[in-house]
Amino acid sequence: MSSRHAVRSVAILGLLIALATAVGAGEVRVAQKDKNFSVREVAVRVNEPLLFVNEDSVTHNVYSLSKGMEFEIRTQQPGQSDTIRFAREGEAEVLCAIHPKMKLRVTVKP
Amino acid sequence: MRRRRTLAAMVGGLVLFGSAAAGAFPADVAGQAAAPDTLKIKYQRPSAIPFPGDNGYTKERETLGRMLFFDPRLSSSNFISCASCHNPAFSWGDGLPRGIGHGMKELGRRSPTILNAAWSDALFWDGRARSLEDQALGPIKSPGEMNQDLEQLIYKLGSIPGYVGLFRVAYPGEGLTIPNVAKAIATFERTVVSGIAPFDQWIAGNENAISAQAKWGFLVFNTKARCAVCHQGWNFTDGSFHDIGLPTTDLGRGQLLPKLVRMKHAFKTPTLRNVDRRGPYMHDGSVRTLADVVDLYDTGGVPRESRSMEIRRLGLTAEEKAALVAFMKTLTSADTPIVVPELPR
Repeated sequence: MSSRHAVRSVAILGLLIALATAVGAGEVRVAQKDKNFSVREVAVRVNEPLLFVNEDSVTHNVYSLSKGMEFEIRTQQPGQSDTIRFAREGEAEVLCAIHPKMKLRVTVKP
Repeated sequence: MRRRRTLAAMVGGLVLFGSAAAGAFPADVAGQAAAPDTLKIKYQRPSAIPFPGDNGYTKERETLGRMLFFDPRLSSSNFISCASCHNPAFSWGDGLPRGIGHGMKELGRRSPTILNAAWSDALFWDGRARSLEDQALGPIKSPGEMNQDLEQLIYKLGSIPGYVGLFRVAYPGEGLTIPNVAKAIATFERTVVSGIAPFDQWIAGNENAISAQAKWGFLVFNTKARCAVCHQGWNFTDGSFHDIGLPTTDLGRGQLLPKLVRMKHAFKTPTLRNVDRRGPYMHDGSVRTLADVVDLYDTGGVPRESRSMEIRRLGLTAEEKAALVAFMKTLTSADTPIVVPELPR
């Protein structure tokens, strides 16, 4: 369900982000920064990669318990990124188990 | 990206401060005592208390909520009030290792303070309530705590004429209902805010408000000791949940989120406001003094799969530990004693 890319340095991460922004297609990106998600809502298509990048100086534990949309990214260290794909359309309330202020609504479209 | 660079530069600066500070007190402390403004600005107090849109502040709601908070008739025994465990005389805790509930039976966890609860996104040690309105009825109806059936409570309060009128003016058109009991208590609780402490006076510019040792402790707190990773900002908490490595069988937030390994034995990061008046410490009251708390964090606690990745062995010197405790003592405010309300009969 999720594949982990351990990114070793902020410089490499920055490069990846730049590339992702430049390429733009086929991947939606959400960052965790200052103990918040970079956006409150995001939309993806079924099976479209949704990239979670931890740009913070602390660890995060992103998950969703929304019915049919459940997933968990186990503890993400600073600089790490993980990709999630949803197999069906629907709405997912995405939270960080560590930081309850962090809330993200993901709408998955066909 | 620019903002990140600024942050990185600042963190780098702090690390320098931290390493320079290590073991230096008291000879070199004068120079280091000037904490960078970029750090101090993060500890400024908020200008207003946040109230939710569906339960805005009114004086009537606060007055009613204060009465309910202090009224033991909210328990089936008519003997236990919210204030029994959240006692203003003990900075809104009870000073016990674990709370005592219905039938004088000891509970599993320590009574947390309600100080600054207005800024909390998840209530209870395990965060199972998402608002104070959601939280307030929990202990009232819990068989182990106040053991009060809520329908019965409405009947009880409804038979006290003074309360019926107070609910009518606090919640016009709705009056005495179970949700409005919670809303009124939540409104009062939001007004319980820790006052101006010596630390706040220092942040506001009074260099004489706290000692050089405490200023050094503040730097250690933000650098080598890593306390501010979670005990962040003016309220000294980011509301986050961690297994800090305490020897405990209590699953904490893991009971709510059993599939999430890191939530096992995880509890909410509490505020450090008035902390030297609120011992014993931790969710189970197992640590007696602030010095003991610092010693525990210094060791990194029990290494296990669920332990937070923010927790690690710190290697603090005796001087750094003493400075941390001196700093934490500057967070206590000399508040005006609260007036206990006269209750309707």
